[in-house]
Amino acid sequence: MATSIARPAATTPRAVASDRTVASDHLNRDDRVALLRFMLLMRGLEERAGSLYRQGKVPGSFYDGFGQEAVSTGAAFAMAAEDRLCVLHRDLAAHLVRGVAPARVLGQYMGRAGGVTGGRDGNVHFGDRTIGCVGMVSMLPDMMLVATGMAMAFRLRGERRCALTWMGDGSSSRGDWHEAMNWAGVQRLPVVFVLENNQYAYSTPLEKQFAVRLVHRAKSYGFPGVIVDGNDVEAVFEATRAARERALRGDGPTLIEAETMRMHGHAAHDDMRYVPAELLERWRARDPIDLQSARVAELGVDVEELRAAVADEVDRATEAALAMPMPEPDTATDGVFCEGEPEPLGDGAQPWSGFHV
Amino acid sequence: MSEVTYLQAISDGLREEMRADERVLCLGEDIGEFGGAFKVTDGFLEEFGERRVMDTPLAESGIVGTAIGAAVVGMRPVCEMQFADFIACGFDQLVNVAGKMHYRQGLAVPMTVRLPSGGGFSGGPFHSQNPEAWFMHAPGIKVVAPATAEDAKGLLIAAIRDPNPVCFLDHKHLYRRVKGEVADGTYETPMTARVARPGEDLVVIAYGAMVHTALEATEDLGGARVEVLDLRSLVPLDEAAILDSVRRCSKVVVLDEANRTCAAGAEVASLIAEHGFEDLDGPVVRLSTPDVPIPFSPPLEQAILPSVDRVKEACNELLAY
Repeated sequence: MATSIARPAATTPRAVASDRTVASDHLNRDDRVALLRFMLLMRGLEERAGSLYRQGKVPGSFYDGFGQEAVSTGAAFAMAAEDRLCVLHRDLAAHLVRGVAPARVLGQYMGRAGGVTGGRDGNVHFGDRTIGCVGMVSMLPDMMLVATGMAMAFRLRGERRCALTWMGDGSSSRGDWHEAMNWAGVQRLPVVFVLENNQYAYSTPLEKQFAVRLVHRAKSYGFPGVIVDGNDVEAVFEATRAARERALRGDGPTLIEAETMRMHGHAAHDDMRYVPAELLERWRARDPIDLQSARVAELGVDVEELRAAVADEVDRATEAALAMPMPEPDTATDGVFCEGEPEPLGDGAQPWSGFHV
Repeated sequence: MSEVTYLQAISDGLREEMRADERVLCLGEDIGEFGGAFKVTDGFLEEFGERRVMDTPLAESGIVGTAIGAAVVGMRPVCEMQFADFIACGFDQLVNVAGKMHYRQGLAVPMTVRLPSGGGFSGGPFHSQNPEAWFMHAPGIKVVAPATAEDAKGLLIAAIRDPNPVCFLDHKHLYRRVKGEVADGTYETPMTARVARPGEDLVVIAYGAMVHTALEATEDLGGARVEVLDLRSLVPLDEAAILDSVRRCSKVVVLDEANRTCAAGAEVASLIAEHGFEDLDGPVVRLSTPDVPIPFSPPLEQAILPSVDRVKEACNELLAY
């Protein structure tokens, strides 16, 4: 493979020819439908949260992962219950795959007592510790080191488990990116880094962020980097599954660069005037949900029925979330410190049929 | 019981807790083969192996960040900063990830960060700092600073057993200078203040190495009975013990080795102004290091660190007030 050092201009979407081919031998029919369902649910919830934001029901700003649904869905789907995840802000589907109830997600956006953090933090800055997820902080990519430390503990205890975290293209410029990649490489830890290359860090395009394509950096840390079509959920699943297998074999980390596109602004206030319209058009034609819908339709599944069921679920979640009270002001200073015995992270759902056989 | 140095007490506490609890691991730069820059982990590699006594890359954010990851999956990591000054490179992980974790998502981060701190021996601007106030100001982090060998061991064990991130300030100037009787086995020292010497005419409130400066300076002040209160813990701060001393002594000198502005002593002085005002027979006097980097050359360094003579002078002035 030619790996010339080319300046990383905004990625053009890959050719459409291979879209409907099977990207993984490990997914059965139910799995492939489930992948679509999680992506639909993520998009449905984020569209609803956007409406609630415009109605003034979501305080602060609002961030979503429109167009990137395949990256969190595919990667989270490949992880086992006992694995641990540090989830980024455009990766809502990872929480859904692990088992967070949609109403708690909408409650989270609205700062309700029943939201995942009970109003302590906003947007997708959450992790339900009972299902093995740690919520991100805004300093990127801090969670790469946290995931690396989890993997260090797994190996120390001789456990067959893996940690995974996502990070964006912009975060590759910070020192923690290097420290985590180096540490994981030196110690050959069971960790998977999913780099979500969505072309822009806020308004900053790739060519102002790094001179050498990120996936090539992995080699210099002593482990493989692979590029995957980030809008193909089955391809993301397969790359993550393979990386996890490699980690469990004791062969060390993998960097997966998932090429995708942030189809909305950095946050609700951002009109993205800095993104060329034709770039958005090209990526719109490669919408991850459309791609997986076409595959699933070929399996004889009624996709419209699935969409309707998800829409119903979003409606019910909205009702439940709107019924949640706001947190009590006199609880604002509670819980800064843990009192008593800490409860470590618990196990999440393992939706992939491969874990059940 | 045996008489050991402050340094040996820290080492013993860590070793005994590692023997007692297999969840405890140490990570830091040069702590394995070399036994640590100050030899706190001397012999640990042989006893516990390289996975529990981990020589890390030169990456302080990495040390703190990976410790957080290990902590949330059930370990009890103890990080060593080679010098406290280097925690600046791990500040973000400690303050933003560890400190806010439990509040945001109910996830405890039981980890200890050992910070060999303090000046007095030409360490210069980057090997002499007292960074405790940085972390007192950051919610969710406990801060302890032992002054004696006995407390160094007990507070380290208490820090490791605490379900929260704890900054443990080993004072480098006490490592081999201070010795004391230390109990064998594991025990916890409470994160509360201790009356190092009782008195009733004036109280000097201090922590870490400054406790010894205070004791020496007030040993013989023309018959005045001077109390020395050793805070031991800065977060939580033992407000009841501070106000109790103020009530008994009515005159207060607050002594910090750290830079003056927003130091731990400023918080103590503010507490006394707000809740101990009626008990005071004079102004609260603060002694600290001025807001300058710690200089290298001995005459310059000695010119700024609080000395026995300066404490004596301040106490005499206040006693005469």
